[in-house]
Amino acid sequence: MSDDWRMLTLIGKDGPGIVAGVTSALAGSGVSLGETSMLRLGGNFTIMMMISGEADDESLRAMLEPVVATYGMRLHIDHIDARLHEHLVPNVQVTVSGADRVGIVAQVTNALAEGGFNILDLDSDVAGSSDDPVYILLITGIANETVEQVEQRLEPLRQSGVSVNVSAIETYIG
Amino acid sequence: MAILEILKLPDPRLKQASEPVTAFDDELQGFIDDLEETRVNGPAAVGIAAPQVGEFKRVVIIDCSTTRKPVPNHGHMILVNPEITHWEGFEPGREGCLSVPDYTGNVIRATNIKLSALDRQGEPVEYEMEGYEARAAQHEIDHLDGMLFVDRVVSRRTDLFRRKVYQKGGGKK
Repeated sequence: MSDDWRMLTLIGKDGPGIVAGVTSALAGSGVSLGETSMLRLGGNFTIMMMISGEADDESLRAMLEPVVATYGMRLHIDHIDARLHEHLVPNVQVTVSGADRVGIVAQVTNALAEGGFNILDLDSDVAGSSDDPVYILLITGIANETVEQVEQRLEPLRQSGVSVNVSAIETYIG
Repeated sequence: MAILEILKLPDPRLKQASEPVTAFDDELQGFIDDLEETRVNGPAAVGIAAPQVGEFKRVVIIDCSTTRKPVPNHGHMILVNPEITHWEGFEPGREGCLSVPDYTGNVIRATNIKLSALDRQGEPVEYEMEGYEARAAQHEIDHLDGMLFVDRVVSRRTDLFRRKVYQKGGGKK
């Protein structure tokens, strides 16, 4: 398989059958998928896919046009420097939750960055209710410090009433 | 002693169930030595199961005594014909596999198990395991039934929410 990867981003209103429609169009044109991630964000369909194949951007757009039109999606293509088989294994997980307010993610990630923490995955969500929103943030990554040191960095958040949980991820290999 | 070749996905033999061991002879002892040498040769491998090297015998080796942070464990164990007799609780945790290179994922496993097996001489042994070591036993015994952790992997989103709730509820770790 070629190492000439493009990142295909599609955003639109969610509905059943979108992934099937998109991937069928790609497969039908000999386009291979690498790593992909689909998420629903605020009721929207979002997907990012590493793709590889002979088709140029123009013919990619043409082959996706029917499904893009059907679901009213926006399509974006970037040529990227990418490789497969480069997964990193996280060793620390950080979960943060509390009353929603501006700046929680910035505060958490700045504190982590100061310690050289490498974020591999980050998901955040607003739960609770419209009147009483709760912010929930999940981070996994690679810390070069102990769990206690990471906790210490996040202590100011805890002091401000946000719930912070730091735990080691011990990956079992067998 | 020899380092054996590890079968890797998509080798269909990894889906094959293994047969119970009946003869505790020199051949078995030699195989167990090779299996152990293969395990310690694997990058960061904590456990190994016989079918991972193409021997479809119900033999696994586990050693949870070398984690970064110590976990409750029974040290180095060779388990022949292991059977889990009791399960309790469940918890997600991250797993990888010598047979599935370059992939790790979250799998929900029982937190406490009771296990009966035979040692390498055929003498019965029983263990009560918890947490990481219980996970190790379940992962390896799955191999004996042709099951891989990728067959059980769960969404990172869902399970991390759950995990947090457990911790608040006074769970372990």
